[in-house]
Amino acid sequence: MLSITPDTVVLGTARKSVITAGFSPVADDARAINGTVGDITSADPRMTARNVNVYYGDKLAINNVSLDIGVNEVIAMIGPSGCGKSTFLRCLNRMNDTIDICRVEGEIRLDDQDIYDSGLDVVPLRAQVGMVFQKPNPFPKSIYDNVAYGPRIHGLTSNKNDLDEVVEQALLKAGLWDEVKDRLDEVGTGLSGGQQQRLCIARTIAVAPEVILMDEPCSALDPIATARIEELIDELREQYTIAIVTHSMQQAARVSQRTAYFHLGELVEVGKTDDIFTTPRHRLTEDYITGRFG
Amino acid sequence: MNKPAVDQIRTIDRVNATLKQRYNRERRFRRFGLAAVILGLLFVALMFLNIISHGYSAFYQTRILLDIEYRQEVIDPAGARDPATLSAADYAALVKTALRTLYPEVKGRGEKRELYGMVSSGAALVLRQRVMSDPELIGSRQTLWLPADDDIDMLVKGRIDRNAPESERRIKNRVLAWVEQLEARGAIEKQFNLGFLTGGDSREPELAGIGGAVMGSLYTLIVTLLLSFPIGVATALYLEEFAPRNRWTDLVEVNINNLAAVPSIVFGLLGLAVFINFFGLPRSAPLVGGMVLTLMTLPTIIIASRAALKAVPPSIREAALGIGASRTQTVFHHVLPLAMPGMLTGTIIGMAQALGETAPLLMIGMVAFIVDIPGGAMDPATVLPVQIFLWADSPERAFMEKTSAAIMVLLGFLILMNVIAVILRKRFERRW
Ligand SMILES: Nc1ncnc2c1ncn2[C@@H]1O[C@H](COP(=O)(O)OP(=O)(O)OP(=O)(O)O)[C@@H](O)[C@H]1O
Ligand SMILES: [Mg+2]
Repeated sequence: MLSITPDTVVLGTARKSVITAGFSPVADDARAINGTVGDITSADPRMTARNVNVYYGDKLAINNVSLDIGVNEVIAMIGPSGCGKSTFLRCLNRMNDTIDICRVEGEIRLDDQDIYDSGLDVVPLRAQVGMVFQKPNPFPKSIYDNVAYGPRIHGLTSNKNDLDEVVEQALLKAGLWDEVKDRLDEVGTGLSGGQQQRLCIARTIAVAPEVILMDEPCSALDPIATARIEELIDELREQYTIAIVTHSMQQAARVSQRTAYFHLGELVEVGKTDDIFTTPRHRLTEDYITGRFG
Repeated sequence: MNKPAVDQIRTIDRVNATLKQRYNRERRFRRFGLAAVILGLLFVALMFLNIISHGYSAFYQTRILLDIEYRQEVIDPAGARDPATLSAADYAALVKTALRTLYPEVKGRGEKRELYGMVSSGAALVLRQRVMSDPELIGSRQTLWLPADDDIDMLVKGRIDRNAPESERRIKNRVLAWVEQLEARGAIEKQFNLGFLTGGDSREPELAGIGGAVMGSLYTLIVTLLLSFPIGVATALYLEEFAPRNRWTDLVEVNINNLAAVPSIVFGLLGLAVFINFFGLPRSAPLVGGMVLTLMTLPTIIIASRAALKAVPPSIREAALGIGASRTQTVFHHVLPLAMPGMLTGTIIGMAQALGETAPLLMIGMVAFIVDIPGGAMDPATVLPVQIFLWADSPERAFMEKTSAAIMVLLGFLILMNVIAVILRKRFERRW
């Protein structure tokens, strides 16, 4: 599995020792892989990341991260601001390709396909691995067109009625339908921040991707809308695989089965959500979830 | 609990101490800005006032009421109504006869020549056109307003001082007396001059029109627009959205920016060497003019279009890409429509520059004296700014008002183009 050059590994471990110096991580045999505490693997993985390094120019933003994301599983990614959660998430559907200075090393697979294979077409990849961004970014088009855009370009529906149905279902699931059903032809950018975020969620799920990456989808939402999205995540889990970045520990605890804690570009600890929040094994994880850090 | 309160008082005191100074500075700055705006407006107003006061009279033409007898023996002695004969007839003789009947006392040769000189040579053309379109006129009489000579025109418009001594004025006392007689009878009058707007150029100021140059400018601009807009937008799109960032694209970018700073006459030389001498395209043709102006406006359009593309928030591209749109789909469905208003503005600015451009067109022969109104992009033509240049260079006093009037027409077109730009922008923005 390890397809990384020896150089990078050396660099990775060198940095690791600097960062963790001063803390006293729990000695554990599960740390064997890349210094991450806990079990990075999943019984039935949909996506597997191995020894991933991400650079912005010369700056290392993700350092030697390996992680599996399982089928029908919600994995929560938590960690202090700037630790690289978004960066890692964006690697999973190659959104980092759009940033010129960004360079990704290592191996990421969707099922058995290496998604960084030079021959891979990103269009079907992104149709399979959808993303909800940290900042709401609706198109400056009508609400309907926002949601219908994905199904249209991928040719998912054959007629207007089907498309209407897909749009309605997506908006219903995102908990936005009641608010917008009478003004589907108004521009999406005219909605409130929270409504925009739900519109973006509807836009993503309208394509019915197999994996959904959500970058703080509820950061702009009120508790009611948040509860609606959490319900949605629970529903979606039955068919899909979901990775969610969140700053809310409660949310992570509520929606996820596994939790990964990132710190300064490293994956410090990963494990069953219940275990992470009740008995964290790494000092940094413990500090973070008990509020002593971040 | 006390300490913060004390601190607060101190802060407010300090703020108050500097407040007056701050407001003064602000007021000074605002006054300065206002003064600059007023000064700018003043200059614009002055320019407009000057041009309009000089040019408005070109839209009027002095005409003399003459009693014309379409004599059969002059126009068509054979009575065959053959168009060739009708066209070649001596219509000036009809005008001369009419003038002689008006002033029977005029006898000497020199005196007669002065009398005939009061009416423009264009009067004969008017008569010919009338007879050609309606041969029934032959044998009848008709009172007609016919254009006066440019000196008479200037006199009636007050541009020649009647009180100046005869030696310092272009009009002899005798002629002045005849004009005053006509004025007393109401047989000389300033009338709206449609010919100025529709006619071609002429050596006679009273006959010269701007129509040819307007059509020439129109054809040239159409060629420029058809070439430069698609090429410019495609270039900008490729460089901004598709091209890899490397040394070559950097080089291309630097060169495009440099091109924008190249003096326009150089593009004229290039056009002469490449389009005319190498490809053998016709001289003085709007097609070649448009191609040369395309070279000149391309950098403007490319730079403006790239700026417009850069201004589209990256989150829109991410949104489209993240849903699985291809790069081309992302660009054409989302980025291009958002950048279009900015691109259109850049294009209109480029077109406005092209409309006002003279130097490169001189190099490709669009400075020739052309009487006929061009009927297409291959016909020899001149353009508005070159026409202004030509008229400004002419010695006759009457061309001065023509020059100013031509500038008015040019400014009118510029304003029109800007209005179109605003309307287009509005259109495009409303869709989003
Ligand atoms: N486009 C970029 N160019 C350069 N550096 C970047 C870029 N995006 C992120 N970074 C850097 O990478 C690091 C990780 O950023 P990232 O956005 O992944 O953090 P995050 O964990 O998502 O933080 P937050 O919780 O605040 O969203 C940060 O130090 C950031 O400065
Ligand atoms: Mg983030």
